[in-house]
Amino acid sequence: MAASMEMYQEQILDHYKHPRNKGSLPAAQFHGKDSNPLCGDEVTVHVLVDGPGRVAEARFEGQGCAISQASASMLTTLVRGMLLADARAMEKDAILNTLGIPLSAVRLKCALLSFHVLKKALGAPSGGN
Amino acid sequence: MAKPAKVLLNVPKIKADFPILQRKVRDRRLVYLDSAATSQKPKQVIDATSDYYARYNANVHRAIYELGEEATREYEGAREKIAEFIHAPSPNEIVFTKSTTESINVIAYGYGLKGNIGKDDEIVGTVMEHHSNHVPWHFVKDHKGAVLKYVDVTDEGTLRLEQYDSLLTKRTKIVTVALCSNVLGTINPVKEIAKRAHEVGAICVVDAAQAAPHMPLDVQSLDADFLAFSGHKMLGPTGIGILYGKPELLEETEPLLGGGEMIREVHLGSAKWNDVPFKFEGGTPNIAGAIGLGVAVDYLRDLGMDNVRAHEIEMTEYALKELGRIKGVTTYGPRDVKKRAGVVSFTIDGAHPHDIASILDVEGICIRSGHHCAQPLMERYGLPATARASFYIYNDFEDADALVKGIRKVQEVFA
Repeated sequence: MAASMEMYQEQILDHYKHPRNKGSLPAAQFHGKDSNPLCGDEVTVHVLVDGPGRVAEARFEGQGCAISQASASMLTTLVRGMLLADARAMEKDAILNTLGIPLSAVRLKCALLSFHVLKKALGAPSGGN
Repeated sequence: MAKPAKVLLNVPKIKADFPILQRKVRDRRLVYLDSAATSQKPKQVIDATSDYYARYNANVHRAIYELGEEATREYEGAREKIAEFIHAPSPNEIVFTKSTTESINVIAYGYGLKGNIGKDDEIVGTVMEHHSNHVPWHFVKDHKGAVLKYVDVTDEGTLRLEQYDSLLTKRTKIVTVALCSNVLGTINPVKEIAKRAHEVGAICVVDAAQAAPHMPLDVQSLDADFLAFSGHKMLGPTGIGILYGKPELLEETEPLLGGGEMIREVHLGSAKWNDVPFKFEGGTPNIAGAIGLGVAVDYLRDLGMDNVRAHEIEMTEYALKELGRIKGVTTYGPRDVKKRAGVVSFTIDGAHPHDIASILDVEGICIRSGHHCAQPLMERYGLPATARASFYIYNDFEDADALVKGIRKVQEVFA
């Protein structure tokens, strides 16, 4: 897909500049970490699940580009309140649709980094890019 | 605004030689600032490779017929041109490989792993090396028990030579160093580094991937024992690289690839190798690539490598000055343009290098972002990534101005 300034919509920049759910979560039962070998960006995701098996809270740590950071911010927001089983079964389109921006093949890896880390944390297969 | 450069190179005329620079990207003029990754190719080189396939395609060295003789003549002619280009005493000291990476692997394998490097022998590298001059030596450490040591860099991006001295011991067998850093642009004092290596009986391996395209190169003056570079960064095709070695060292080095071409005779269970440099060229070589590189060398020689270097000094000085005027932009590497090549790594406060590259791409400007295959160096400076603009013979002040304008746009987006 052709590069375009649409990638840098207000919503993306807002999540990048003011990330939601950023930080550690010592009480979390699930943790995952991975990096994007293309750029070395690294993301850690923590997931805290409550008694009935719902995601009570998800947080992320790490640094990266606007796309990877906005994506992590949106993803951790998206899974909050979700049944653990649903979070495990979530498709990548869920986060891509939330992002709602055109992405080249290379930038798709940025967008999906936290998704793959979340799946890894929950012990669920994430599929390829 | 740009003032015209002193006429060291006729850049408009050079630009006209590069078909790709005539194309538009999203209706914008292509501004190519990623020559440190790979250079663009002049039509002379493109024509030479297609001419080989169209007119005299045949395998080299063994064909008895006319086409084979022509192909061999051109292939070996390229070897001669390359020897002259780097002032090697003989074309027999020039080995065709596929890349700088392969060249360094040939040394690490044939001189290190299979050669006389033993347990506790020491190999000295530097923290500013490209991964291709790190990882092959890891193999030698892992399989032979060699000890790897690294010369550190100063905060400005030059090697700490006093620390280098303290690393050299009687056990030092190999010193390996980039002539020019692909991140900082630093030109390292390789002649001095090689001299000190020789004083303790070590050999000096030089990664010239970022130097060969950009400055006059004299392997005899450097007293390099081995020297590696790639064709594709110096106007040549991809898939062709060079390994230069002193004849006695090439003799000692075991070949990496066994097969056709590299043998003198083969029996069931044993073989005798061909002479240097052919013993390193197992399999049908990249004939078109070698011929194309020969023509690339012609092109650079006609421009004059002193002029190429002078043009890049001018470009770098201008770019560093203009980028230095933008608040929130940090540039890396030596301040003295005489000590660096046309590679300018930079960061912008509040913007990740990937985003910088994406936004510049929208403007038709090609730069690189990331760790530039130099993660140890990035770690040394505590940088996850940088953006990198690199200049070559077809770039002018207008290209640098486009970069500056693009950077201001990035700053607007991330303000």
